[in-house]
Amino acid sequence: MTSLTLVRRIKARPSIVFDALTTPEGVALWWGPDDGPVLAAETDPRVGGRFRVRFRMLDGSEHESSGEYLEVARPERLRMSWRWKGDAEDPGESLLEIRLRAIAEGTELTLTHSRLHDEETRRSHERGWTGALAKLERHFLSGDRTGPSATSHPPRSQA
Amino acid sequence: MVNYNERLSRTFAALVDPTRRAILAQLEREGGASVSALAQPFAIKLPAVMKHLDVLDHAGLIRRSKAGRTVTVKLRPEPIREAMDWLRRYEHFWSKSLDRLTVYAERKEAEARNRKP
Repeated sequence: MTSLTLVRRIKARPSIVFDALTTPEGVALWWGPDDGPVLAAETDPRVGGRFRVRFRMLDGSEHESSGEYLEVARPERLRMSWRWKGDAEDPGESLLEIRLRAIAEGTELTLTHSRLHDEETRRSHERGWTGALAKLERHFLSGDRTGPSATSHPPRSQA
Repeated sequence: MVNYNERLSRTFAALVDPTRRAILAQLEREGGASVSALAQPFAIKLPAVMKHLDVLDHAGLIRRSKAGRTVTVKLRPEPIREAMDWLRRYEHFWSKSLDRLTVYAERKEAEARNRKP
């Protein structure tokens, strides 16, 4: 799991989706793993420009991610570097790529977040422990919880 | 206090080794085992098994308890949950974010259409 890809179909034209992704007003309304508020959103969507978003989660913890726009092709493609701020949860720099494709109903959005893990984690994954981990987890979940409810846990800092 | 990232690194590092994963799998199947029972399936000597157990213990993945001359080993679930949560956090982040992005963009699209006669 060194990368994550999600695909969404949105009933809006690509230019509107692109602006929602790149304007501070848009970002402030959708960014974050729960319904906690975005505290600061800055974007400069041109190659070499930077973004910075700070948000507070419902548990009160605050997180900030920032990065640089590596490719900006409105309304179809966006690529940026990504880094969590804060020593406790910084797993290094990752890469975010978003493609927007016009379809009959609006836009098909494909988001790929890659290079997610540090070297050690990546190596560990390549040696195939993820399955073992998932199995062990199921073992502990059986009985007191139903299904993989651990998915509801958002990012958090536990320094 | 060991910080979050350090705990994760220890968990992942502990899981890299196939013998240690086999030990964990055995503990998962059996609920707990003595050190000698754990050493049995492997073609390695007891001291080597003890070293693996030290790594697992250091990562918080197991707990050892001694009763008389028998040391019993059990799994500890917390680091595993924590590691899985960490792996899923990006998926969770983007899934929730894209849900809201969709709502926002679709509202903007409706507004744009309504502005036109």
